[in-house]
Amino acid sequence: MTAHPTSPYFKDNAHEALQDEQLQKALSNVRQGFIDKRAAVAAKLPEFEALRDSARDIKNHTLANLDLYLEAWENKVTDSGGHVHWARTAEEARQAIVDICRKAGAKTVTKGKSMISEEINLNAAIEAAGMTPVETDLGEYIIQLRNEAPSHIIAPAVHLNATQVESDFRRVHTHLDPNRDLSEPVQLLTEARQVLREKFLAADVGITGANFLIAETGTSVIVTNEGNGDLTQILPKIHIVVASLEKLVPTLDDVSQILRVLARSATGQEMSVYTTFSTGPRRPGDVDGPEEYHVVVLDNGRSAMLGTSFQDMLRCIRCGACMNHCPVYHAVGGHAYGWVYPGPMGAVLSPSLIGVDKAGHLPNASTFCGRCESVCPVRIPLPKMMRHWREQEFERHLTPATVRSGLGLWAFFAKRPALYQFASNLGMKAMAWFGRDKGKFKSLPFAGGWTDYRDFPAPQGGTFQEQWKARKGGRA
Amino acid sequence: MSARDEIFASVRRSLGVNGHEMPRREAVRERIAKAPRGIVPERGQLSGEALLTLFEEQALSTLATIDRVKGRDKVPDAIADYLRRSNLPARLRMGADERLAAMPWDKTALEISHGKSDGSDLIAVNHAFAGVAETGTLIITSGPDNPSTLNFLPDYAIVVVDAKDVRGAYEDVWQRLRERDGKGHMPRTVNWITGPSRSGDIEQKLLLGAHGPRSVHIVLVE
Repeated sequence: MTAHPTSPYFKDNAHEALQDEQLQKALSNVRQGFIDKRAAVAAKLPEFEALRDSARDIKNHTLANLDLYLEAWENKVTDSGGHVHWARTAEEARQAIVDICRKAGAKTVTKGKSMISEEINLNAAIEAAGMTPVETDLGEYIIQLRNEAPSHIIAPAVHLNATQVESDFRRVHTHLDPNRDLSEPVQLLTEARQVLREKFLAADVGITGANFLIAETGTSVIVTNEGNGDLTQILPKIHIVVASLEKLVPTLDDVSQILRVLARSATGQEMSVYTTFSTGPRRPGDVDGPEEYHVVVLDNGRSAMLGTSFQDMLRCIRCGACMNHCPVYHAVGGHAYGWVYPGPMGAVLSPSLIGVDKAGHLPNASTFCGRCESVCPVRIPLPKMMRHWREQEFERHLTPATVRSGLGLWAFFAKRPALYQFASNLGMKAMAWFGRDKGKFKSLPFAGGWTDYRDFPAPQGGTFQEQWKARKGGRA
Repeated sequence: MSARDEIFASVRRSLGVNGHEMPRREAVRERIAKAPRGIVPERGQLSGEALLTLFEEQALSTLATIDRVKGRDKVPDAIADYLRRSNLPARLRMGADERLAAMPWDKTALEISHGKSDGSDLIAVNHAFAGVAETGTLIITSGPDNPSTLNFLPDYAIVVVDAKDVRGAYEDVWQRLRERDGKGHMPRTVNWITGPSRSGDIEQKLLLGAHGPRSVHIVLVE
């Protein structure tokens, strides 16, 4: 079992999100911040586009040889004194992690930010085993206090405003002076730093994700700005990495290529503050670092994506650029998507992982504007893959009857061009005549989904096909 | 069938791996052995003063601070001066790095202690393995010489880097590390540090000093 999805209720979720004033205010930060920063930093590096090609090619090569790179990586981890645990499912991954924590007699388990740990719903399992999981990334910490899921893969609390964080801190940090000033974001940060510093020092086990696993050296890599991932892994006796199997890259040189596009695409930084390469447990003579190093490798449906039209999705390096640039994400935020991965990448990945029957709405929540693909650092053809899902949904008869019959009607005409031209011409003329006074319609039969929210403009001039003919196919 | 075997079987089945595996194995072995360089940005291919200038500019753009000094003997004075300027106590923690140990600390009034950090140190100094000019990144390898905890627990991190260890691009540093530790071998931790700790998690506002040091001061030794 994975975290319980509300993806089947995407339409309701989206409707609620659009009415949520706090959320809409917070989402304006996404629209303003990420896009400009990425554009500016990409413009500063002439080789950026070529590096995107390079990153794509490295991931493609690795995926085509994934079994061999996994073997090479596993050997290196073992050689350096680490342990590899293989998990077919979320349940197996949770079990492996809980077992390691139990064996260590752990009480407090600190965590760096990891989307895989969200995917396997790890915190609930750690709690059920009688231990306390503590999220240490500031955003993750905030949403843990609120018992929420992340709404963005790199900015988990992007749906919140500072006043909401303040009231959560006052609710939970009851040992602190109730009259303290928390009106500035920096005061919230300082308080979280103090509270979490104690947790870091008390933790028995630290769990991080991995942005990459390197076959050449058996290394796991994390990329953070706060330094919480590092304090999570160097202070406790045990460091557990939880990673899905497509995180593999061949060499240190390869990972350097991808790192050049990761932060630039994600936060618009040239490089994130902390990029940390971890290999095995502490060495003889070391005065700090973990005594045990474990990696739990999760499949959870990914190996079945290889060799299919969804293999390209496994290139994803989780930068978040697709959602940062997505008009649908901008409008409804991440929670509406109803499962771990939001935005365009979630719309493609979620149906693979939890089934198109549950997540079928997500690939439909796209205008196919193509911005996601145009900014993806590994050039994943996201709109094309959403289209694949729509086809599968249709073929498996999961599409609603009204849509199916509408499509059937459209197909009847589309297959008969003369009839199509005649009918569309007639319809257009009729609409133009009925709408001749106001120039728009406030309501239309069968088009409530549109006219409930905005006017429908009355047609002017000829049909598209007439205009196309008149302009000689656009070449005039 | 174990989870491991089943995952490998599933990967191979999906990839359509058949008996003719030799070319694949050869390609993978060669890629790992040769570790071919990809695209190295032009700005990562500078040398001499231009290289150091870029390193300095890039480090400043990450909100680190930097002093350039001529000779290792000047480092303790430069650090004492930095602490005075910043209104910080004259107290430092450091590891067992020989380059640091050989510096004339006794000529300053700095109080020095040695070893990892337990979280009570305000200021620490580590010696970097290398600097990378293309992004102003410091590269520090773990071990008793430069304990990893000193990079993260103190509020103020000071990092000494030799000008001769500054390289244009990350790949140049991997090459040096392979020469030092052997191909395919890594220290427990290699930290790339690019500026002070920060978070944008509250309303996307940039705030320094999230969990790691709120300040990174670089001493570049020529």
